[in-house]
Amino acid sequence: MNAKQTIGIVGCGTMGTGIAIVAARAGFKTRIYDLKSESLENARKQAAAFLKKSVERGKLAEGEDALIMGQFLTTTSIQDFSDCDLVIEAVFEDLKVKHAIFKQLNDVCPSYTIFASNTSTISITEIAGGTGRDDRFVGMHFCLPAQLMKLVEMSPGMNTSDETFDKAWKLCEALGQRPVRTRDTPGFILNYFLVPWHNDVINLVDQGVAEPADIDLAVKTALGYPLGPLELLDMVGMDTQLLLCEALHGVTNEPRAACPPLVKRMIGAGRLGRKTGKGFHTYDSNKIFGA
Amino acid sequence: MSYQIIAAGDSQSFPDKHALIDQADSKGTSLLYIGQDAAEAFANSVFDHEAAAFIAIELGNECLGVHIDDDNGPQNVLGFARFRLGDDPPTKLVELVRKPYTSAQALAAARAAFEAAGLVVAVCHDFPGRILNKLIRPYYNAALRRLDEGLASANDMDMTLRLGLGYPDGPIALLNRSGLHHHFEVTQDLYEQLGQEAYAPARRARNAWLKQNLLIEDDDAAA
Repeated sequence: MNAKQTIGIVGCGTMGTGIAIVAARAGFKTRIYDLKSESLENARKQAAAFLKKSVERGKLAEGEDALIMGQFLTTTSIQDFSDCDLVIEAVFEDLKVKHAIFKQLNDVCPSYTIFASNTSTISITEIAGGTGRDDRFVGMHFCLPAQLMKLVEMSPGMNTSDETFDKAWKLCEALGQRPVRTRDTPGFILNYFLVPWHNDVINLVDQGVAEPADIDLAVKTALGYPLGPLELLDMVGMDTQLLLCEALHGVTNEPRAACPPLVKRMIGAGRLGRKTGKGFHTYDSNKIFGA
Repeated sequence: MSYQIIAAGDSQSFPDKHALIDQADSKGTSLLYIGQDAAEAFANSVFDHEAAAFIAIELGNECLGVHIDDDNGPQNVLGFARFRLGDDPPTKLVELVRKPYTSAQALAAARAAFEAAGLVVAVCHDFPGRILNKLIRPYYNAALRRLDEGLASANDMDMTLRLGLGYPDGPIALLNRSGLHHHFEVTQDLYEQLGQEAYAPARRARNAWLKQNLLIEDDDAAA
């Protein structure tokens, strides 16, 4: 626990909110910035509900959720990040948007503030290049959902100083997370393997090798994976898979990262996955009843 | 579902005692050809194949189409393989291989026989690598190549995939445990069948296979 240090999070989407829960739970003063106050209010409610459930499940002591929520400051003013030791950016995957945010932060934050990006596909060095402090910049890729998953992929950019990386690593550990060092290469470790693996599975369906239910059953039974690959893809969503493919294939030209034709057909047909009730499987009140 | 077992050579799928073997019945009309020479036994069989509710032939890495016609063969003949990774024991998964003309009755009868023995059946069409090997070999090759390229240490790479995706094992630990040279054998075979670069054996797997075979030659020389 470190009550003195302050962590700022930019963007209160699913990832940003999850990271904010992690930071506040670990005892950091936590600032969350977003453009929309309604989104921030929503994030606060989600965090409070999650922590309340943690109390109910006995993972937090009675009353601890209120104390943690007391660490939360939601703001639409980037000026409130002027006392942050670490700022983690979790906005959508657009280099220009990220550069614009970090330029503002560079003016607001003291020189000791470390900047981090939660990007899963854009090069850390490229983002760092637009910030004015590329020596104090790291990649910190949390896994979804951040408040439950311990893993953080940490990558130094080309100009990141050793001192910065060490400090950020220790902060990550102080967050109660498990950092793993990876290189600043497309997809780091997780998405480098996961995106092509999912493409291979999608192509298997398209080639008519087996039905989605048989593929999921086979993978779970043979390899002990907690979820079948097509169940996981239905959670990721076809729209997101397309973006991941474009980001990865665009820089690597790796054939297995190329977006399978079936992804675009499924998007066209409105079969995005769980969010539309139909993907590779059909969903009714979150229950799988067939492929 | 009564079936007889015709054993022909060592079986990758059933190397040890198993309910599937115990539940066989010498009066059964369905036939399970098991072992590395299963297809040969099927081809030279004296049994009445037409009377069988189903006939299942144990496959190696080859397609069922090697043993029966691709377009117009017997409707009661299927292929199968119980999935196992190298020296690891066989898993519960049976990949049951059908042809487009396979009858629903034969498929259901074969499925029932495997499931009655506690196995889990996934049905697939007749493609090289079936479901599992077709999917995992490119992934394992990529992991081995990325290890050479210094993406991360073997431990960090494995840990990332375990913690990030809930996999019980990381790919490197899994391959080292089950025998990297076995991965070479399977992926080389699939590379020849599919001609896709992703199946080309990674350097580490090729080396492991060469090392293994040189060692075996040494043993022979010593004996």
